Amino acid sequence: MGLLSDPNRRRALISMLTRLNAPICVVCYFAGVAWFMGLAFEPFTLRTYMSENAMGSTMVEERFPAGERALATGREFAAHKKKVGGMPVDWLVKNMQDRGLEVFTQSFSRTLPFPDENKERYIVKGTNVYGILRAPRAPRTEALVLSAPCSPGDNNNQAVGLLLGLAQYFRNQIYWAKDIIFLVNEHDLIGMQAWLEGYHHTNTTGMSWSPLQGRGGSIQAALSLELSSDVITSLDLVLEGLNGQLPNLDLANLFYAFCQKIGVLCTIQGKLQRNDWDSVSGYNHAVQTMMLMVMKQASGRPWGDHGLFLRYHIEAATIKGVNSFRQYKTDATTIGRLLEGMYRKLNNLLERLHQSYFFYLMPSLSHFVSIGYYMPAFGLLAVILLLRALDLWVQLNTPPSTTEDGVADIDQVRHTLLSVLTPLVISHLTGVALYALPIRFQETAVEHFPVSETEAVVLTAIAIYTAGLALPHNTHRYYIVSTVPDVRGWRVLKLVAVLYLAVLLGCTALINFSLGFILALTLVPLAAFVTPHVPKVLSAFILVILSPACTLLFSVFFFQELQDMPVSFQDGWLLYLSVISQGILDHSLYGSLVYPLIALLVYPCWLLFWNILFWK
Amino acid sequence: NINPCVQIIIHLLSVISQNSAGQFFSSGHTNNWAVLVCTSRFWFNYRHVANTLSVYRSVKRLGIPDSHIVLMLADDMACNHRNPKPATVFSHKNMELNVYGDDVEVDYRGYEVTVENFLRVLTGRLPPSTPRSKRLLSDDRSNILIYLTGHGGNGFLKFQDSEEISNVELADAFEQMWQKRRYNELLFIIDTCQGASMYERFYSPNIMALASSQVGEDSLSHQPDLAIGVHLMDRYTFYMLEFLEDIHPASKTNMNDLFKVCPKSQCVSTPGHRTDLFLRDPGSVLITDFFGSVRKVELTMDAINLTDPINPVNGEEQKEVYSYADQLPVSEIIHQKPKQKDWHPPDGFILGLWTLILLVFFKTYGIKHLKHIF
Repeated sequence: MGLLSDPNRRRALISMLTRLNAPICVVCYFAGVAWFMGLAFEPFTLRTYMSENAMGSTMVEERFPAGERALATGREFAAHKKKVGGMPVDWLVKNMQDRGLEVFTQSFSRTLPFPDENKERYIVKGTNVYGILRAPRAPRTEALVLSAPCSPGDNNNQAVGLLLGLAQYFRNQIYWAKDIIFLVNEHDLIGMQAWLEGYHHTNTTGMSWSPLQGRGGSIQAALSLELSSDVITSLDLVLEGLNGQLPNLDLANLFYAFCQKIGVLCTIQGKLQRNDWDSVSGYNHAVQTMMLMVMKQASGRPWGDHGLFLRYHIEAATIKGVNSFRQYKTDATTIGRLLEGMYRKLNNLLERLHQSYFFYLMPSLSHFVSIGYYMPAFGLLAVILLLRALDLWVQLNTPPSTTEDGVADIDQVRHTLLSVLTPLVISHLTGVALYALPIRFQETAVEHFPVSETEAVVLTAIAIYTAGLALPHNTHRYYIVSTVPDVRGWRVLKLVAVLYLAVLLGCTALINFSLGFILALTLVPLAAFVTPHVPKVLSAFILVILSPACTLLFSVFFFQELQDMPVSFQDGWLLYLSVISQGILDHSLYGSLVYPLIALLVYPCWLLFWNILFWK
Repeated sequence: NINPCVQIIIHLLSVISQNSAGQFFSSGHTNNWAVLVCTSRFWFNYRHVANTLSVYRSVKRLGIPDSHIVLMLADDMACNHRNPKPATVFSHKNMELNVYGDDVEVDYRGYEVTVENFLRVLTGRLPPSTPRSKRLLSDDRSNILIYLTGHGGNGFLKFQDSEEISNVELADAFEQMWQKRRYNELLFIIDTCQGASMYERFYSPNIMALASSQVGEDSLSHQPDLAIGVHLMDRYTFYMLEFLEDIHPASKTNMNDLFKVCPKSQCVSTPGHRTDLFLRDPGSVLITDFFGSVRKVELTMDAINLTDPINPVNGEEQKEVYSYADQLPVSEIIHQKPKQKDWHPPDGFILGLWTLILLVFFKTYGIKHLKHIF
């Protein structure tokens, strides 16, 4: 007979499963963590290589000459920006028209759900200015975008200047096969969102914008430029976009190839790559770079203006100029040449970038780890949940050793299923409250407490989160059927909760591996060990430590550590509060899914485990 | 009263001059054709178009007219939007030689370059509406040069990123050409990766083949142009063209020199050639037999009287009049009655099979059923 249909063998398998369950779970957990840490070890990574034939080897001789003039334009832009006190729309329009582009503007406005204290804005009104360089001989079917943000103060003036300088140089060339759109967006991400929504005729976030008068065909690739100094020492590449989406690896490969060709120092996550991968410090460096990328991807926010393009399947990246204390400085002409080279190679594209990976992690700019290599780390963690579920199923199906007879069993089964429904519904209602109430009741909170709106929202969220901890003591009163407490009822709830968590984490890891992995790291152990029989106080403490909110708190401190900017506890707490408010804002402004995921799905799941712990 | 020595010398000289005249007419071909095919499209395959156009230029320079050249280019590089020097295709970075110019006649362009069209051109099976410029109107005294370039692999050549021609198909096409007497001698040159695999399967006589690389080797490109941003030529064709630059219509260079073109040190790949199907010794085959169009001109000092009918010399009987053989007897095919097929006894195998079936039938159902059959 077959392995699973032979009752003897089945019994043996099941007994082995129940006996070895806990050790296998522990082994899998540590194996998963070790696999993840091993990803940064250089022999396990692959060197990056250009996959797209059309982009080939970089052979063009770049000839952009006008770096100094670009900087002068930047200074002019700064002066006009100061005079107008915002975006100098007329000056930009006239300047772009003089350079031979077709210029259009788009005005937009948005009232944030609550004031953004990081950027100090509440009601945002602005204008985007963009000029289209039409390809001299090609039909207007495809486009490339180069954008620079118009930031308040002294930031990014040189970026706009270089953008205008490149526009003039590009206008004199005849080899463009795609339209190039030069975009200056106001209020960084909000302006970019308005422009993209207008370009693609969608309206997903409730912003009001004027329709775009001029258009350029489907956008194949986009680069966003951030440059705030006349000379730089290195160029940083930012890839992480909204919801942890990444552009095609070929875009990073292109950037790296040109960095090597032109001889500019290039970094990713602000870290320079090292050659000593076999030493401990070298490995540490690679792990730090990879962990930074994981953190940034897990947060689900767009880390540059490029982050919003990815949703429309447009490969985009942000290039940041960094001026730090190094001897060798690069001037604006060289940066212009690098961008010119990249755009000429993108010009040769025949289809969208699709030959290389869309899911990867980069421990350095020249090495990458693809999804096939990093997914097993998450798989090992998910296996723990499945093993636990199997164990519970076996336990549920073995007849109980207590003296209940067969007739009462059926009632009991029905009883337990219905009693599972109660905690489920209540946890999800709490989740909905966590999602919806903070923004809705910010006015009443401001009336009754001496806090600002932002603080009101964040503190309401934390309050609802903490209030959820009090729930188990109340749900026991709301059983639908019968008052006989059932010792086995918690098993059914745990089975449902474990499977629910497995599905949730699996789906999250598919879309945003970093978020799924970090949640799995903390939630899987607690899902595995929690039962009503473990010591209550200690387990309650551990459960709170491993809850999503505390994971976020630790991640904030860890992230600051990784960037070599450790913060004190006070500053860390304030940073944590601002992170929560940013998360809520990102969701309503750009459609980021991290906050709804945590509030509506992960938090109720965690509440179910809290409920199991206090099951009576 | 001539000195007998001088007499012998004069006799010898006339014999020698007759021999050189004989040698002059020994190759057996009276006209030259060239079929030049570039099979790749897209901007980054610029070099394949440049290869083909450079060979086209050399072949024209050496005398083959446009009416005898079938040029197939799969993509238009000169007018590609990405070409920074529009209406030009450059082949040599230093010389900046524009091989496109005003007088290039492309017969098959763009999507017309397909495997089907290529084979139809070779075998002559074209629809009646095809113009003359798109036909290979060769006969049994034509020497044909066939040049292919593009991306290839072991046993195939890729056409247009969507289909392939295999070496077996190509060999069969050449056999069709031989049977229809469409060539006297054929020179086949291929410049792709693993090009030698394409001539492995040839089995028709009088074919000589050259390839830029052996099986398992890649053919490499020569030099990038930093202004245009692409590689301009492939190495093998580049060195072959340098070699051809020294050839003029009266050159006596032979095929053995062409085999030595582009050794491994220059080409990185190992060029190969195949001469076992060729009836003449390659050392006696001139380059201009294939690349040029050397017209055989017979000079005579005798005056021929055209008013009187030509009387046969030596009283020979009048030879029979020759008529041109119809290559494709259309009328016969259209009005053909079905031919009576001779009866052949059934194949032994079929007989045996039927016997087996019958035996099994009778074994299973018993011999008593026999009476129902008969």
